[in-house]
Amino acid sequence: MALRFPFRAGKRGYPSVAELGSSELKNPERQVFLFRRRVVVAGLLVLAAFGALLARFVYLQIVQHHHYQTLAETNRIAVVPIVPNRGVITDRNGVVLAQSYSAYTLELQPTRIRNLDETIDALATIVDVQPRDRKRFRKLLEESRNFESLPLRTRLTDEEVARFAVNRYRFPGVEIKARLFRQYPFGEVASHVVGYIGRINDRDLARIAEWEETANYKGSDYIGKVGVELSYERELHGTTGVEEVEVDAAGRAVRTLSRTPPVAGNDLKLSLDIRLQEIAEAAFGARRGALVAIEPATGDVLAFVSRPGFDPNLFVDGIDAVNWELLNESPDKPLLNRPLRGAYPPGSTIKPFLALGALTSGKRSATQTIFDPGFFQIPGSAHRFRDDKKGGHGTVDMHKSIVASCDTYYYMLANETDIDDTQRFMTQFSFGRKTGIDIEGELTGVLPSRDWKRQRFAGKNYRDEHRKWYLGDSVSAGIGQGYNAFTPIQLASAMATLANDGVAFRPHLVKYIRDLRTGTVRQLEPEPTHTVPLRAEHLAVIKTALVGVAKEGTSAAAFRNSAYVSGGKTGTAQVFSLKGAEYRASQIDERLRDHAWYIAYAPADKPTIALAVLVENGGFGAQAAAPIARQVFDYYLTGEKKAGPAPAAPAPPPEAEDESD
Amino acid sequence: MTAFLARLWEALTRRIDTFLLTVAMAIVGVGLITLYSATDQSFARIDNQLVSLGVALVLMWLIANVPPQTIARVALPLYVLGVVLLVGVALFGVTVNGSKRWLNLGLARIQPSELMKIALPLMLAWYFQKFEGRLGWKDFLLAAVLIVVPVYLIKRQPDLGTSLLIGASGFYVLYLAGLSWKVIVGLAALAGAAAPMVWPLLRTYQQERILTFLDPTRDPLGTGYHSTQASIAIGSGGVTGKGWLNGTQTHLDFLPERHTDFIFAVFGEEFGLVGNVTLLVLYLLLVGRGLVITANASTLFARLIAGAITLMFFTYAFVNMGMVSGVLPIVGVPLPMMSYGGTALVSLFVGLGILMSVQAHRKLVTS
Repeated sequence: MALRFPFRAGKRGYPSVAELGSSELKNPERQVFLFRRRVVVAGLLVLAAFGALLARFVYLQIVQHHHYQTLAETNRIAVVPIVPNRGVITDRNGVVLAQSYSAYTLELQPTRIRNLDETIDALATIVDVQPRDRKRFRKLLEESRNFESLPLRTRLTDEEVARFAVNRYRFPGVEIKARLFRQYPFGEVASHVVGYIGRINDRDLARIAEWEETANYKGSDYIGKVGVELSYERELHGTTGVEEVEVDAAGRAVRTLSRTPPVAGNDLKLSLDIRLQEIAEAAFGARRGALVAIEPATGDVLAFVSRPGFDPNLFVDGIDAVNWELLNESPDKPLLNRPLRGAYPPGSTIKPFLALGALTSGKRSATQTIFDPGFFQIPGSAHRFRDDKKGGHGTVDMHKSIVASCDTYYYMLANETDIDDTQRFMTQFSFGRKTGIDIEGELTGVLPSRDWKRQRFAGKNYRDEHRKWYLGDSVSAGIGQGYNAFTPIQLASAMATLANDGVAFRPHLVKYIRDLRTGTVRQLEPEPTHTVPLRAEHLAVIKTALVGVAKEGTSAAAFRNSAYVSGGKTGTAQVFSLKGAEYRASQIDERLRDHAWYIAYAPADKPTIALAVLVENGGFGAQAAAPIARQVFDYYLTGEKKAGPAPAAPAPPPEAEDESD
Repeated sequence: MTAFLARLWEALTRRIDTFLLTVAMAIVGVGLITLYSATDQSFARIDNQLVSLGVALVLMWLIANVPPQTIARVALPLYVLGVVLLVGVALFGVTVNGSKRWLNLGLARIQPSELMKIALPLMLAWYFQKFEGRLGWKDFLLAAVLIVVPVYLIKRQPDLGTSLLIGASGFYVLYLAGLSWKVIVGLAALAGAAAPMVWPLLRTYQQERILTFLDPTRDPLGTGYHSTQASIAIGSGGVTGKGWLNGTQTHLDFLPERHTDFIFAVFGEEFGLVGNVTLLVLYLLLVGRGLVITANASTLFARLIAGAITLMFFTYAFVNMGMVSGVLPIVGVPLPMMSYGGTALVSLFVGLGILMSVQAHRKLVTS
């Protein structure tokens, strides 16, 4: 290509290397000349670059042609990834909670099929294809990567496989493949713990790339999405194998040349006891709520309930729109992991911890008493913080303040205690901070302090008076209302730490990881995170009071005649501010009713289980939540099995009738 | 009637550079033929590509009929829009295959880096024209800032390949505007010296690609696999190729991304050295014609933009063929007018439209 344009600008032979900014550029003709010279230089570079390419082509296609031709001919070797078997998840006794099995799928390779609709219609005459299968296929098609083969039907019956095999010649680009499927035999039970797997999407791909595992996920279609399936994905997945197969001209595998077998994923053994879990879930009946049971000495999570649950099997193939809507839009929020992501006001369940704090700091002694007239007023203020018992509890010491759950005692204590001191002490029981349990998504909750309030109301819509900490804030926080909001896992962890005399363990769901290849079993050692500095005599005061609660206090009715001694504390958390009006459950819409709490441990002398139960809108903790705890303790400690919803405890005996909870 | 048709035809083709259009259409035609083979004889992508071609041609015609001075007026707003969209991508972008490159605007997803490919040279050319005759080193410094901003934003998407190419388009304008040779040589030396320091800043996969380029056997299942298989495809094509639809590499699934970035491997396998040389000549004709238009352009703006666009055509073709044939590392650059992809095709034809506008609106050179 000749570049034909007139070189008429150069007048005086070759110009010196005149660069920008020099006066010569002001001469337009000279400028055009310099410009054209640069164009010519660029043109020469283009020629040189294309020349280099030409040289490369000649090298590849003539000099090395023979070499590459041989390579191409022997390049009948396709490298096929072999997906490893995903690890099995079992409970602490080896009962299977999640496993994989192989089944046939009918897969289409959209790029090789001219008319997809016609092909699917024709396939529908041979195998059963439901409208939802078509819908799901469309969705997969939209999300698919290039040249991927996509399942139209999964889990074909043997008869369908046979029928398709006969007709296979009619369907180029359609194949039957054996694939691994995930199954969750317990369905809804423990669904929030085990979680589920689903098809790999773009976000998952990014995550895989971050792990630098992209090659290992070649051929994998599924990945953990929720629960243990998500948090232990890298243990469960395994190592993808490689098979080198010789293919014929049509690309079909003729024979296997070499095979690096896949390494199955590691099996997980949970600390969860699925029988206990079943009892606990059944005890909720149709009620919504959460339960977390922990072994105090190890942090083993024995039961982890979020009600209602969902059937994880629905998610494995990609959930259909109808079921998704049912789950996602239900007011009962079955997809919400309540123990982890539900933050509720703790109500009176935090009183024993506040009392322990008062003993430790010296603000109160166990024998010191107050007088409760039925309400508390901040000196100089007219507002009355009411006690739930009309007329008050009279003379109250620390033991009685817990057993009878006296509000006024704690109003007074809060009035005299700096909120930041309270916050510092309570943090040690994992209130308002993540417990570090080994599944993702845990909320922090709120343990209020001055700093917290300043940051919470830092926004432009708030003024300084919103950010300031008031004594009234302390007083309502003093009975577990106000800004306090904790997750059930936090309360369970706090109870376990207290039961374990202040030695805190990180709660964990996975106990053992078994490497199938080496046969070795790795135990995830219990992880003591810290020890709350407490004095034995202070602990004794609180523990005696907690035992008193179950023996003669607010939860006595639920624990009548139990074969063991337990300690516990009821709690009732306001959902709805009554603004001074009297609370009558029967007159309030169900969803605005109070949440019922019960935290407990047993046996009292040497605790092997600690738990927190929350019944959403359950009303009094003593009536709704304590019987569930009783059922769980009964099974765990005595083997007594009372499957089915826990009955509401009978109304408290007359003398305790007015007591708050 | 005939006269009317003749006048209509004349009106339609007056600003169209027949040479440029013929060469471009020849390349597109070769591309479609290869695409058909690369997609296992499916028409779906061919149809899509034809629709994009229709849009591209209309846009090209419209732009060819707009004088360069008018095009210059959109330079600043287009550049600002491009930068805003890139910031938008960084904040609200859609992640595809691990990179945030797309912006979802409800109706369609757009890739603002594609817009920048034209907007940046336009902006620079406009700027240099505006201050023509009194350009100093400060202007070049400002131009460097104008280049660095989009290059940085695209680099962190991350899309190293595109950011380097857009950087190149900016550099071409500077070069044509007369950036001192001393500075150019200095920059090249600096880049060479800085390379080891840039290394730790690259993402793992970017480092991986460069290492694999140096030694393809390092990663036989990953990018090295792409590179090796592409070389086998081209090399086994020999002088005359294996014939259309007969490439074994292509049809046995050995070639990745064979309808997009690696389409040249399919072409080289099926049409051999003869095909490759033909294609090289076609690109050379396209670039050569562009350089002639550049040299004959009458204003500084027209010269700069025409030159930058032409050199970008060259760069894309060279980088793509270079990476597919194994002389350059693998970066995600499509082959101009051959690779499947609507946005790229449309922006290339917009570039052609600008070249035609420059050619059609040049004042006759008075000598």
